[in-house]
Amino acid sequence: MRGLSFFNVAALTLGLAFLYIPILLLVIYSFNESRLVTVWGGFSTRWYGELFRNEPLMRAAWVTIRVAFVTAIFATILGTLAALALTRHGRFRGRALFTGLIYAPMVMPEVITGLSLLLLFVAINLDRGFWTIAVAHTTFAMCFVTVIVQSRLMAFDRTLEEAALDLGAPPWKVFFTITLPIVAPAILAGFLLAFTLSMDDLVIASFTSGPGATTLPMRIYSQVRLGGTPEINAASAILIGLVATAVVIATIVMRRSARMRAAQAD
Amino acid sequence: MQHFTRRLVIIIPYLWLAAFFLWPMAIVLKIALSEPRLAQPPYWPLLDLAAGWDGLVAFFKALSFENFVFLAQDDLYIASLLSSLRISLISTAILITIGFPIAHAMARAPRSWRPILVAAMILPFWTSFLIRVYAWIGILRPEGFLNHYLIGAGLISEPLTILNTEYAVFIALVYTYLPFMVLPLYATLERMDHTLIEAARDLGASRARAFWTVTVPLAKPGIIAGSLLCFIPITGEFVVPDLLGGSQTLMIGRTLWVEFFSNRDWPVAAAVAMVLLVVLVVPIVIFREAESRRMEAGAKGGAKGGAGARDKGERP
Repeated sequence: MRGLSFFNVAALTLGLAFLYIPILLLVIYSFNESRLVTVWGGFSTRWYGELFRNEPLMRAAWVTIRVAFVTAIFATILGTLAALALTRHGRFRGRALFTGLIYAPMVMPEVITGLSLLLLFVAINLDRGFWTIAVAHTTFAMCFVTVIVQSRLMAFDRTLEEAALDLGAPPWKVFFTITLPIVAPAILAGFLLAFTLSMDDLVIASFTSGPGATTLPMRIYSQVRLGGTPEINAASAILIGLVATAVVIATIVMRRSARMRAAQAD
Repeated sequence: MQHFTRRLVIIIPYLWLAAFFLWPMAIVLKIALSEPRLAQPPYWPLLDLAAGWDGLVAFFKALSFENFVFLAQDDLYIASLLSSLRISLISTAILITIGFPIAHAMARAPRSWRPILVAAMILPFWTSFLIRVYAWIGILRPEGFLNHYLIGAGLISEPLTILNTEYAVFIALVYTYLPFMVLPLYATLERMDHTLIEAARDLGASRARAFWTVTVPLAKPGIIAGSLLCFIPITGEFVVPDLLGGSQTLMIGRTLWVEFFSNRDWPVAAAVAMVLLVVLVVPIVIFREAESRRMEAGAKGGAKGGAGARDKGERP
């Protein structure tokens, strides 16, 4: 194996430092006793206590989790169907438009997506709130699920399905006993991605929410605009911790399933 | 029966995207051609399908290009569009400059490290965008960490003013979009055949020449994918310029937001969205073509936008 040059090592170290130092500072200083952000006043979990007593923030967190959960379920189902359509159905009519509809929402600036969905909800006279946010989030999250599941379906050995069909298994049985278990890790990854995308979103939620449905990012944003508080640091640290744990677990699960498949293949 | 379920697999997601992506875009166009008024909804004309053909004719007659004329006449909109494009171009250039060495080093790292390095690149992207932008406020503000340490080290005597200037916007944009640049670059560099470089070197090319004539052309698909993945969303970015930029930092996404939420002028906001969409439609189409070609070629991707990569069986 070729070694890393000094330049390579420097690029990696600086790059990772750039990515992680801001996050680490935020997490460390969330345990700061002092109200002043940069002055270390001793270790304390005081702001975490205040955070949990902050009624509006807690309510917003609960709304966010529920929206993210509903979004992840719908986005996973729709995204998986779209991935199947793109990989298994060859050149159906309108395919070019369909791929366009999958890729465009991923790069579309959020202000446009948000505004257009809001105008739709107004035009059809829908009361804005929990469900309109969930529908809006599902629309862009499903595209990410599609890409992830699609790449998995592309890499998949079709002869397994053909063998099962030749042996007389009905198509639905082949789908549930062969196709689905093989793409399951990608579907899980898509579910988690859809969940975090929904939990993170500020812009689209701001456009599509109504009275009574304030999400956590919306609440954090309005507090940050007013200058930020140590409670926001604590809330951020909790969110970072949750995401990091979820990603580590997902990585381990996917590694293990990959290893099991490798072992079965041998 | 089987034919019917096969159809459903296509029709359900298709209808969803048509209803919640295509149709809303058509509505934006329609409202961009309307006039504002004090009512709910705050624009005119409304399409009344119950009135049949006459209603349709009346609707089309009432449409006007006045909002677009207004946009063209007011300097604010042109200035914020140009300023967005400038900020987006500069950020993308900085991202390539910073991202390339990182992706290159990742691709040259020992095979066993690579999945960990990819995971390390992706992890910050999974944490909230808003929180990562917020973290920079604490660092860049006059009494923030950066000034605290620089003054402590005796490098400066007066705090630097970075927050609420364009510098802060660039720093945060590069920070939040770095994984989008690094991962596609890594995906192409990782697949590159290193013996080509060795051949060039054996034939007498200098290290720099081998880099410019072999590595860079081969990495072109990654550079294009990464640049589009950064350039398009940055042009419409709202959160970063709003929280870190000063009042003089004009960006079109922020202008649209203000027009909509503060001025409550929906038709003008819709017209701004239309202009932004038209400006971005070419890069979006190029992105779609590049991505679907990559997908069709059976490339294996994983992360956001299919940009991530995992090496399995691509090389002998």
